[in-house]
Amino acid sequence: MPYRILEKTKLADKVYSMVVEAPRLAKVRKAGQFVIVRPMETSERIPLTMVSSDPRGGVKLIFQTVGYTTMELSSLKEGGFVHDLVGPLGQPTEIPENGRVVCVGGGIGTAPILPIASALKAAGNRVKGIIGARTRELLILENEMREVCHELMIATDDGSYGEKGFVTTVLKKELESGNVDHVYIVGPIPMMKACAELAKEYNVPATASLNSIMIDGTGMCGGCRVTVGGKIRYTCVDGPEFPADQIDFDELRRRGGIYREYEHKCRLRAEEEGLG
Amino acid sequence: MTNQERMQIKRQAMPEQKPEVRRHNFSEVPLGFSAETAHIEATRCLNCPNPRCVTGCPVHVNIPKFIAGIANKDLNAAYASLIADNSLPAVCGRVCPQEVQCESKCIVGIKGEPVSIGRLERYVADWHRENAKAEETPKAENKKLTKVAIIGSGPSGLACAYELLKAGVEVTVFEALHEPGGVLVYGIPEFRLPKAIVASEIEGLKKLGARFELNSIIGRLYTIDELMKEEGYSAVFIGSGAGTPKFLRIEGETLNGVYSSNEFLTRVNLMKAFREDAVTPPIRGKKVAVFGAGNTAMDSARTALRMGFEEVSIVYRRSREEMPARKEEIHHAEEEGVRFLLLSNPIKFTGDENGNLRSVVCQKMALGEPDASGRRRPVPIEGETFELEIDTAIVALGTEANPLIRQTTPDLPCNERGYIVADEEGRTGKKGVYAGGDIVTGSATVIKAMGAGKSAAQTIIKDLDL
Repeated sequence: MPYRILEKTKLADKVYSMVVEAPRLAKVRKAGQFVIVRPMETSERIPLTMVSSDPRGGVKLIFQTVGYTTMELSSLKEGGFVHDLVGPLGQPTEIPENGRVVCVGGGIGTAPILPIASALKAAGNRVKGIIGARTRELLILENEMREVCHELMIATDDGSYGEKGFVTTVLKKELESGNVDHVYIVGPIPMMKACAELAKEYNVPATASLNSIMIDGTGMCGGCRVTVGGKIRYTCVDGPEFPADQIDFDELRRRGGIYREYEHKCRLRAEEEGLG
Repeated sequence: MTNQERMQIKRQAMPEQKPEVRRHNFSEVPLGFSAETAHIEATRCLNCPNPRCVTGCPVHVNIPKFIAGIANKDLNAAYASLIADNSLPAVCGRVCPQEVQCESKCIVGIKGEPVSIGRLERYVADWHRENAKAEETPKAENKKLTKVAIIGSGPSGLACAYELLKAGVEVTVFEALHEPGGVLVYGIPEFRLPKAIVASEIEGLKKLGARFELNSIIGRLYTIDELMKEEGYSAVFIGSGAGTPKFLRIEGETLNGVYSSNEFLTRVNLMKAFREDAVTPPIRGKKVAVFGAGNTAMDSARTALRMGFEEVSIVYRRSREEMPARKEEIHHAEEEGVRFLLLSNPIKFTGDENGNLRSVVCQKMALGEPDASGRRRPVPIEGETFELEIDTAIVALGTEANPLIRQTTPDLPCNERGYIVADEEGRTGKKGVYAGGDIVTGSATVIKAMGAGKSAAQTIIKDLDL
């Protein structure tokens, strides 16, 4: 049951956007939810956030080629097919009304923060966005974020665009202003951890969206377990969003690296096969 | 032949791959009866006028009748009577615990060994798969205009689908994974149930008209109400199966190297990590401990051997007597070199500075008074602990209820542990919604789930007045 690729574009180095035809999914998906994709019949299953629904009955996925499977996905062409696509998975984001919120997206994490910011704005919240990247060329979705935020701030590590420094530098200023009711965070684990600590310091509730290793995505394998508030929770059915101050980020980072060596070998294999 | 003579015939042995060979491959362990052996075994059946074996079968296969088919060398007749009651005979012949079901009731077994009902079932099903012509598949008559949705393509869903198809009902099976079969595909290993056999049984259902919608997660893609109100299904059967894995809840359980049996087996079975060209990261190591002593624990231990682990131990807090796995599975595991550390209760995992699992510390136990389950309760022996060096741990303690349908169907009554409440006939507290299998009973067996699926289908037929 293959799923047609309606559109494929390259957003930045190693970052692609793909609209995949799945009319029912496009209709029912909500902010915060994800899909599991298997690019080819022999591929692994990988979780990816749905960024938006497309009027042609498709869902937009944005991904970075970090391993063998994402490289396989990036090798597929517009008009071609993704072998398997299942969703929507995970709990939708809880969207408050008429609040003052800050949405922080770091690197590829800007993709999952976009639909959250969009839903927050639609519910009457005043939305400020902070997005960051190592350097200007790697920054993604700036225009899209501008559309769904009342105000957008940008940080680059090297200062090539926006503020020089990390998203945390910008977030700290916002928190200091005292006009923030809730912070939403998606990005690399160290960045989420730092943002979570900042928000806690200013006593502002924060939500982080996690991207753990998973297989089935339906609450069966237990591979995506994380410790939240001292308890085992499953990213796929209990998450992917959790109260940021209760997440054990160090454990998450360690568990995310279980297959690092193997992933490296796979990446070499992908390069040899010309997938990258 | 007199009954006396029949009872003189010895129970026929099942040829098997040798332990030292099979522990390195994923091919099936028992090789199946030859025509001759099957015939001899079939003549041991007394064809009791009041067969007790049938009462031991959750789907009530007419056992004496199908065995008579083998004895009379009419295998088509044998298959016809088998398939009339059981949609997955090739599966059941391999994985059913016959020793506590049909075979435990066999009259021949009172004085000697019971008739090998399971092995004969497998023989007939395999013969049919290899020899029968396509047109012999039973065709449904009297097509009805009623549509029923089945959630999950595991044993309960498949059995339910089969029964409904026979009655002419239009059936759609929704499966969350990319392959149909549920636990038969992701859980039970290839060496115990070859996936080609599962595929062929599913093919049979497709020929009967079943439609399979893969990658379809009910509760999210469609809610149960949407299926019934918008998609035109008159009834829904929920057979969604196992949920989140149970863990030991001890220190160090989040260390790298600790897996649930569901994850370990899914990686190997569904994601084919055992193949050289697999892209799914295999779980590899040298020393593994498997916690639990059910069939899933045996499957995990035996799979670990085949994945190249050098030292495989089952760690169980009770004694051999209480082990819930089938005797045959325990026996096979032992023959292949799995070590059993019984009366040993894990109390903590230790790890190295990088968070990788290094060992498990266990408390030695002794058996005390019987507990609520009727089994003798294990009690710690004060001061007696030991440390077992391992790099991988597989926790096989069963599962909790899957929350997906409960979360998205607020008016579906569930019990305090999250399992769906259903009566003996499969009716839930929500009109038009039926349920069976692990999502109702918690972890059980393939055949019990099939029994529940079959019985729910009969209830649906009755309730919808078909």
